[in-house]
Amino acid sequence: MKIKKRFCHSYCLSGHPTLPCNVLKFKSTTIMLDCGLDMTSTLNFLPLPLVQRYVLMHPKTKQTELIDLSTVDVILISNYHCMMALPYITEHTGFSGTVYATEPTVQIGRLLMEELVNFIERVPKAQSASLWKNKDIQRLLPSPLKDAVEVSTWRRCYTMQEVNSALSKIQLVGYSQKIELFGAVQVTPLSSGYALGSSNWIIQSHYEKVSYVSGSSLLTTHPQPMDQASLKNSDVLVLTGLTQIPTANPDGMVGEFCSNLALTVRNGGNVLVPCYPSGVIYDLLECLYQYIDSAGLSSVPLYFISPVANSSLEFSQIFAEWLCHNKQSKVYLPEPPFPHAELIQTNKLKHYPSIHGDFSNDFRQPCVVFTGHPSLRFGDVVHFMELWGKSSLNTVIFTEPDFSYLEALAPYQPLAMKCIYCPIDTRLNFIQVSKLLKEVQPLHVVCPEQYTQPPPAQSHRTDLVIDCQPPATSYRRAEVLTLPFKRRYERIEIMPELADSLVPMEIKPGISLATVSAVLHTKDNKHVLQPPPRPAQPTSGKKRKRVSDDVPDCKVLKPLLSGSIPVEQFVQTLEKHGFSDIKVEDTAKGHIVLLQEAETLIQIEEDSTHIICDNDEMLRVRLRDLVLKFLQKF
Amino acid sequence: MPEIRVTPLGAGQDVGRSCILVSIAGKNVMLDCGMHMGFSDDRRFPDFSYITQSGRLTDFLDCVIISHFHLDHCGALPYFSEMVGYDGPIYMTHPTQAICPILLEDYRKIAVDKKGEANFFTSQMIKDCMKKVVAVHLHQTVQVDDELEIKAYYAGHVLGAAMFQIKVGSESVVYTGDYNMTPDRHLGAAWIDKCRPNLLITESTYATTIRDSKRCRERDFLKKVHETVERGGKVLIPVFALGRAQELCILLETFWERMNLKVPIYFSTGLTEKANHYYKLFITWTNQKIRKTFVQRNMFEFKHIKAFDRAFADNPGPMVVFATPGMLHAGQSLQIFRKWAGNEKNMVIMPGYCVQGTVGHKILSGQRKLEMEGRQVLEVKMQVEYMSFSAHADAKGIMQLVGQAEPDSVLLVHGEAKKMEFLKQKIEQEFRVNCYMPANGETVVLPTSPSIPGGISLGLLKREMAQGLLPEAKKPRLLHGTLIMKDSNFRLVSSEQALKELGLAEHQLRFTCRVHLHDTRKEQETAMRVYSHLKSILKDHCVQHLPDGSVTVESILIQAAAPSEDPATKVLLVSWTYQDEELGSYLTSLLKKGLPQAPS
Repeated sequence: MKIKKRFCHSYCLSGHPTLPCNVLKFKSTTIMLDCGLDMTSTLNFLPLPLVQRYVLMHPKTKQTELIDLSTVDVILISNYHCMMALPYITEHTGFSGTVYATEPTVQIGRLLMEELVNFIERVPKAQSASLWKNKDIQRLLPSPLKDAVEVSTWRRCYTMQEVNSALSKIQLVGYSQKIELFGAVQVTPLSSGYALGSSNWIIQSHYEKVSYVSGSSLLTTHPQPMDQASLKNSDVLVLTGLTQIPTANPDGMVGEFCSNLALTVRNGGNVLVPCYPSGVIYDLLECLYQYIDSAGLSSVPLYFISPVANSSLEFSQIFAEWLCHNKQSKVYLPEPPFPHAELIQTNKLKHYPSIHGDFSNDFRQPCVVFTGHPSLRFGDVVHFMELWGKSSLNTVIFTEPDFSYLEALAPYQPLAMKCIYCPIDTRLNFIQVSKLLKEVQPLHVVCPEQYTQPPPAQSHRTDLVIDCQPPATSYRRAEVLTLPFKRRYERIEIMPELADSLVPMEIKPGISLATVSAVLHTKDNKHVLQPPPRPAQPTSGKKRKRVSDDVPDCKVLKPLLSGSIPVEQFVQTLEKHGFSDIKVEDTAKGHIVLLQEAETLIQIEEDSTHIICDNDEMLRVRLRDLVLKFLQKF
Repeated sequence: MPEIRVTPLGAGQDVGRSCILVSIAGKNVMLDCGMHMGFSDDRRFPDFSYITQSGRLTDFLDCVIISHFHLDHCGALPYFSEMVGYDGPIYMTHPTQAICPILLEDYRKIAVDKKGEANFFTSQMIKDCMKKVVAVHLHQTVQVDDELEIKAYYAGHVLGAAMFQIKVGSESVVYTGDYNMTPDRHLGAAWIDKCRPNLLITESTYATTIRDSKRCRERDFLKKVHETVERGGKVLIPVFALGRAQELCILLETFWERMNLKVPIYFSTGLTEKANHYYKLFITWTNQKIRKTFVQRNMFEFKHIKAFDRAFADNPGPMVVFATPGMLHAGQSLQIFRKWAGNEKNMVIMPGYCVQGTVGHKILSGQRKLEMEGRQVLEVKMQVEYMSFSAHADAKGIMQLVGQAEPDSVLLVHGEAKKMEFLKQKIEQEFRVNCYMPANGETVVLPTSPSIPGGISLGLLKREMAQGLLPEAKKPRLLHGTLIMKDSNFRLVSSEQALKELGLAEHQLRFTCRVHLHDTRKEQETAMRVYSHLKSILKDHCVQHLPDGSVTVESILIQAAAPSEDPATKVLLVSWTYQDEELGSYLTSLLKKGLPQAPS
């Protein structure tokens, strides 16, 4: 138990490396790192009409035995994609802690959740079946339904009310802000370069440092660049959220995106881009802003359809402080940082909350439509798939890497429309990781097991693993990992009065020692050393005390001694102090000094001195002080 | 003795050219670098030669911090960095960094182009100066160097205004800049955590004022504007382009909309559009309400407020004009004022503080005949109203902030001496802390006693904590250990560990004393008697009788022996180590007194 306490434990609650959910126990603080929502289960359903409201899986249920969510003290969010399960964690679980996230993460995270809730609520609700979750019934279903994993953990989507309640538990933080948790641990978000407000987190005490790297990017897109320097000197670096498409180059993908888009439109076809309402879409719009004029496409309308399209476009313009330098300096002019403001002003880009209403009046073809959801199972994208799927003039371009595009398309087959796969994932690839690790040099790396072996589809690509020394420690879902470092020290404050009273002595060059007797005060996990209280004045003239009052308090500790006593010098000292008739005898291990007159015997050895005398306290104290002169105190 | 030294070069018992030097734990920081609006000679800038007589400012100052974009806080910056010469870092928030150069350029234009001053800083100097700026986020801990760190807090005075904490080790100073403790129509209230600085340097513009509720003031303001335009008069509101102007615009805009008024409202200078744009892009710095609704309706897109043209001033009929600058000391507001001053139907509303020497200050103090350039005398017949809209904390707000931050002492700047005196007493009474109000050039020295950070080995700490759980833990216990000092690194470990780490062996010092007792019984029985005697006296100690016949008290060993020569005497050998000396020596003296007679 005692040994266990000195370590730091990490509990892994998610099997998805890009949608992590880990719990870290560190110095009696329970910290949850991210709570991503794995939505790949939606691919098991048919699009829109048949999608039940059971679409979401979240990492909680099965792992509740692993950790009691009500004991989680804080949740640290690294980016808006990694907070989608928040309502499942904070609502109806007894959770009473605080969630920390940056302002853009919260605002955009809210938009993503709002869109999701809105999409799911729009799904026609025929009947809500739940028997299929029963194991015995699932067994009887045809494949692949019967092979679906952990159906029992699939949950209904949360409501807007739950979203608001969950978001109200978030405390906003800024990059490099030091946040004290219970005086024991300090956490700090750092820019991770992946998305607006995305952060890596440092979790540290005065003597230990854990870095949590999740969803980072070294590419220059719109967010503030990644802060690498602050990750240095980590004892442990937890690495999650690497690119899901390690073999694709995002820049090349953007180029392909543009050329395919242009090709389709020139041939009179429409382009459908299934996407999230924030993130890469800003970069795509910026590329198109530069591209459409030169490609002679300035008359082709761009439509962005999402219940949060307007909010997303507006919010993107107000986070100047979270943007890369180029965009920041635009704000100083003052101009909107993203050129989509100009696209909107010139009517090239139009946004609508849904396909109903204004959109149906404005709709012109050929056009480019950005809309969700990228799983193609719900949201307005379903209508466009049905509308355009039959014509080979049209193209659907997949840019979001979260879903397998083949699986996403499966229910729409046979499909005449062209399908282009241009996944744009700006997160770190394995080459960048090894560069980063060389730069940052953590003592230990901890990562999901997926990163320690090549992807199943490309088992020959042994370069697609994390390569570092010592080898990374891997974890898998529902595993408890003891982080490989041992805590040895704790911070203490020494009061100036006490410091002044210390008498240091130099033992070795550059190293001094001082013995300290002080009072330790501990409050709110902070330790302060104060000078010992002055001994109370002896009360004289009072009536005789009882014998037991005289019993000394053995808590007044004497220092340890070190050194050895040179016999000759010791004898000389004795003589100087009036002892005569001294006899020295050699023994196997040292000497015996005899004070014959006083019937006293002093055994001196390398590491010990033994004074044997009659019960003469005066004599004993005198001899003691002479011995102590030769020894060092600790 | 470590100390914190503070010297105001400006804003000491004065409002204007804020500039305060702080030395803390060997670091030198300059807070703000402002100009004085009441002067147009050398006195308008702080006297930087005071900072260091020899050597460059860059070598002496570790950093410069600018609290917000008002010129009395940043107006001397290009002069300081480019003409006097400073190449170190200058910290300010993002909105301040964005807006500051525009106001500086404006200031330069008025000084050079209109007043024809020579030897003033140039546009290029403003640009070069801004290159030295490092932008900070709210609450971000900025490491200036290994020891010095600064952190910005929201101040609510104007867009991007911040308070700064300056910290070295366990010593810290908080400088408020200008701040506002009540949220207004466009900004939120200042906030700071209980950071317990050694010193809080606070502004004290409204040291003696306790303002009535904001609502009343707003109603008053609207009523006065409305009445004046109803009777066909013109209303002039001198403002600074950024700050109060936006608040009053929002106020008038909503009022005009509600009352369906058609009287034109104008906003002077080309800055308007731009200024409002800054508010739109930095909307995260405004108050919660505006932030929440900006997607639906951006409060800084005004429908009723139009750009002003010079020619409009002579238009007949009522109008409301916001014109810069705010203290009527130059520029468009002064021009319009001269045109309209002669008509008693018109009104000028001063919404903020006016520095001594400005026209604004003169008319507010009741002067109705003003001497203008060229010996002209301007008679002021228009109504002069003062409405305190400037976003400074009032006395109540200042006390509130002191209560929030819990400083060890307080230092007042940016206010008038007389008013400061009053506030100083109030702070000293209420918070029982020292309060200072140095004049310019006067230095306040505060001795500090920072505690020394170190490490304690977990083994030692856990041993202590375990004992802390014992019932007698209530009384203070002494912790014993050895402090190892290597470089500036302090570690407290148990003495055993210290010996081990240094590769030293422990030297054991042991005492054995012979105590002679008169006792005819056998040794074993003597030992038994010793045992029961000690057991009865030493209730708090562990007294044991071992199978080999010896008695132990804690780690002290007592053995009984019979010397051969005298059977009636027994010798007790009491043996203990140096570490148990007190108890050992106590036991020998106790045993020397003899044993009580055994009950027969």
